[in-house]
Amino acid sequence: MEPTTYTISIYTENNVGLLNRISAIFLKRHINIESLTTSPSEIENVFRFVIVVKMTHESIVKVVKQIEKQIDVIKAFYHTDAETIFQESALYKIKSDALFEERHIQNIIKKSQANMVTVSPEFFVIEKTGFREETEKLYEDLRPYGLLQFVRSGRISVTKAKMGISEILNTFKSKNNEEKSS
Amino acid sequence: MKSAVKNKEGLLEAKGISGAEAVIRCLLAEGVDLVFGYPGGAIMPIYDELFKFQDQLHHVLTRHEQGATHMAQGFARTSGKVGVAMATSGPGATNLVTGIADAQIDSTPMVCITGQVASHLLGSDAFQETDIIGISTPVTKWNYQITQASEIPTILAKAFYIARSGRPGPVLIDITKDAQFETFDFSYSPCKGIRSYQPQTEVDHQAIQQAAALINQAQKPMIVWGQGVILGEAEKEFQAVVEKTKIPAVWTILGLSALPTNHPQNMGMVGMHGNYAPNLLTNECDLLIAIGMRFDDRVTGDLTTYAKQAKIIHFEIDPAEVNKNVTVDLAVMGNCKESLQQLLPLVEPKQLNDWYDRFETLKAIETEKVIDKDLFPTKPGLTMGEAIRAINTHTGGDAVIVTDVGQHQMVACRYAEFVQSKSNVTSGGLGTMGFALPAAIGAKMGAPQRHVVAVIGDGGYQMTLQELGTIFQQQLAVKIVVLNNEFLGMVRQWQQLFFDKRYASTEMINPNFLMIAQAYGIAAKKVDKREELDAAVAEMMATDGPYFLEVRVEKEDNVFPMIPTGASVSDIRLE
Repeated sequence: MEPTTYTISIYTENNVGLLNRISAIFLKRHINIESLTTSPSEIENVFRFVIVVKMTHESIVKVVKQIEKQIDVIKAFYHTDAETIFQESALYKIKSDALFEERHIQNIIKKSQANMVTVSPEFFVIEKTGFREETEKLYEDLRPYGLLQFVRSGRISVTKAKMGISEILNTFKSKNNEEKSS
Repeated sequence: MKSAVKNKEGLLEAKGISGAEAVIRCLLAEGVDLVFGYPGGAIMPIYDELFKFQDQLHHVLTRHEQGATHMAQGFARTSGKVGVAMATSGPGATNLVTGIADAQIDSTPMVCITGQVASHLLGSDAFQETDIIGISTPVTKWNYQITQASEIPTILAKAFYIARSGRPGPVLIDITKDAQFETFDFSYSPCKGIRSYQPQTEVDHQAIQQAAALINQAQKPMIVWGQGVILGEAEKEFQAVVEKTKIPAVWTILGLSALPTNHPQNMGMVGMHGNYAPNLLTNECDLLIAIGMRFDDRVTGDLTTYAKQAKIIHFEIDPAEVNKNVTVDLAVMGNCKESLQQLLPLVEPKQLNDWYDRFETLKAIETEKVIDKDLFPTKPGLTMGEAIRAINTHTGGDAVIVTDVGQHQMVACRYAEFVQSKSNVTSGGLGTMGFALPAAIGAKMGAPQRHVVAVIGDGGYQMTLQELGTIFQQQLAVKIVVLNNEFLGMVRQWQQLFFDKRYASTEMINPNFLMIAQAYGIAAKKVDKREELDAAVAEMMATDGPYFLEVRVEKEDNVFPMIPTGASVSDIRLE
C-alpha cells in the first residue's frame, strides 16, 4: 500500500511530558514525523496537537489507536488532505539592500501576496501563509537574491467534519455528577 | 479491579504534614500494606516515614531495584492487587526499567515511586539525577513528576486508579526531594475517573448477540483465552461459557491456570512451544473465539497464514489491540467478565464429538512423539519434564509456579498442573531472564498461604541471584528449583537448529549453587539421578521455609513441539 499524507489531530490535557509520550509512539514504530504543532484548542484547558505523517491507511489506524490509548489524550483523529483545511506559515529574512537594488524582488513579493513583517536598515522580513507549494515557490523565487534566514511552521489544520470534543467532555462531566449525586 | 480505599480514622486528612508522610498515607489509603524497594539519597524522606509507619506498611528490602519491580509484579499476579516498588533517583530509578517494561507488556498493575533530586537542581546534572520520566515514558501506562507536596494526594490517587483500571499496567511517579520535605494540609480522596481516559467501554449488546449467533452456527469452534480472563477476574464467567457451549478451549502462556489443567475441555497451549493440536487446529477451526489475548507473534506465527479459514471474534478491553495483528470479524469490547456474563444465556450447547476426536488424534501423536519422552523418559539423563512431573506430584498441582524465561519455562508451562487461577507467574511478552526468583518472592507474599515454586534455568537464576538475600532476610518459604543444563538452553537449541550448532557464548561454567544457597541459610540439595528426584522434591515440599533444589538435566535436550520463527502454526514441528 502507498503511504498517504495524513493529518493527525489530538486533543489533550496540558501535561509536561505528553509531547514526549506521543512522539515515542512514532519512534517505536520507526515513523518519521513530517511536522508537529501544539497549541491551545477551542476548549479552555484543552490542547491540540497537529501532526503530519506519511503512512499507509493500515498503519495510521493503529497509530491513532495507540495515541488515543494514552491517559492524557482526550481524543485523536486522522484525516486526509481532502478532509481538512490546512495552512503553513513561512518567514523570509532578506538583506534590505536587495529590496532597493533588485527591483525584481518587489514584484515577487507583490505577486506572492506575502506580508511585510518588519523593515530595518539591515534586513526586512516577510511572511507568507498558505499551502506548502506557495511558501515553497516564494522560497525558490527569493533564493537567488540571498535569503538570510528561512523558516516554515508545521501545518495547522481544521477539519471539515465535527470532532465533538465538548460532547465527550460533557458526557464525562454529567456521568461524574450522576455518580456524585447517587 | 475495585478500589480499596481505607478510611481509617484520621488517615485521609492531616494538617501540616510532609510530602513524604503524605505518600505513606496515600499508600495506606489505597490498601497497600507491602512495598518492595531500595533506599537512597533522593528518597530518604519517604523511607524515614516508612520507618515511622512500619507497623502498618511492611517494606521489603530487595538486593537490586530490578528485583523490587519483579517482586511487585509477582505480588500483583497472585494477589490481584497493585504491586508497589520504590527506588531512589538515578541508578535506582533506571534499574526499575526492565521490570516496568515487563509489567507494561504483560499488563501487570504496578505503581513505582522514585525519588528525584530537588526541583531547583532539575536539569543541572546533579548527583544521581536522571530523566526517569523521559526514560520510562515508552514503557509506562502513565508517569508523572511531582515537584510540589500538594500534588501528592491527587497524583497518587490517579496512579493507583490508572494502574488497576481497564487494561492494567505500570505507572511511575517521580517525586522531587523538596516535595517530600515540603509540608502542606493533606486530604485524600480516591480517583473515580479521568476525563481523558475511558478504562473500559460498556459492553455492546448487539455485539454480544452477533457473537452468540456466530458461536451457535459454528461447527468447529475453538476458544483461545489469555490473561484477560484472569485480570478481569472472569474465571467463573469464562468457565460457564466454556462448559455451556462445550467448545474446546486453549490458552496462551499468560492465560494459563484460568481453567484447571484437568478440565476436560482444556486442550492445551497455543504458540511457539504450545501443544500440537491447538496450533494445527487453529488453521482448521471455523470459528476462533479469542478472549483477553492479543495475538502475540509467539502465538500466531506467520500472520498471513494464521486462521485464514476461520471467522474470528475478539473479546477485548483495549481498543488498540483490536485488528492490531489479526483482523477480526467481530470485536466485543469491554471487560470480559461482563461480556461473557451477557453472552452465557445466548449460547447453545454444541455436539462436537468429531471435532474433539481431531484434538484427541493429534494429542495422541504429540504424546507419543514428545510428551511421553519428556515426562517418562527412558534415556539416562534427567529431563526438565520429569522434574515438573515430580513437582506436580508433590504439590497436588496446587502450587503457584513461577518461571523465568527459556526452555524450562516452556516445559513448565506445558506440563505444570493447576487447579486454581492466578497460579502461573511468568514473564511472557518481554521474556525477562532473571524474572523468576524475585517474582517468586512477591508471589509468595501475595499468596502467603500457598506453595510457591520457582522453576528457573541456570542462566536466568544467575541474573538475579542476589535476591536470595531477600528470601533470607524475609524468611520466606519460596521453593527454588534450578533446572541446570549448563547452557543457555533455548539459545543453544536455536543455535543447533538454525545456526549449524555454532554454540556462541551459550555454554555456562556454573558455580557451586548449593554453597551459594547454603550461604544464605537456605536448605539445598542437588539431584542428578532419576531415582533421587522424587524424594528430593518431596523433601523440598515438606521442608518449612525456603529450599533450593538443583536438578542436573540433560545438557542438550530440545523443547518440542516448535513453530520456527516466522513459520505458520500449521508448520509446527514435533522433532
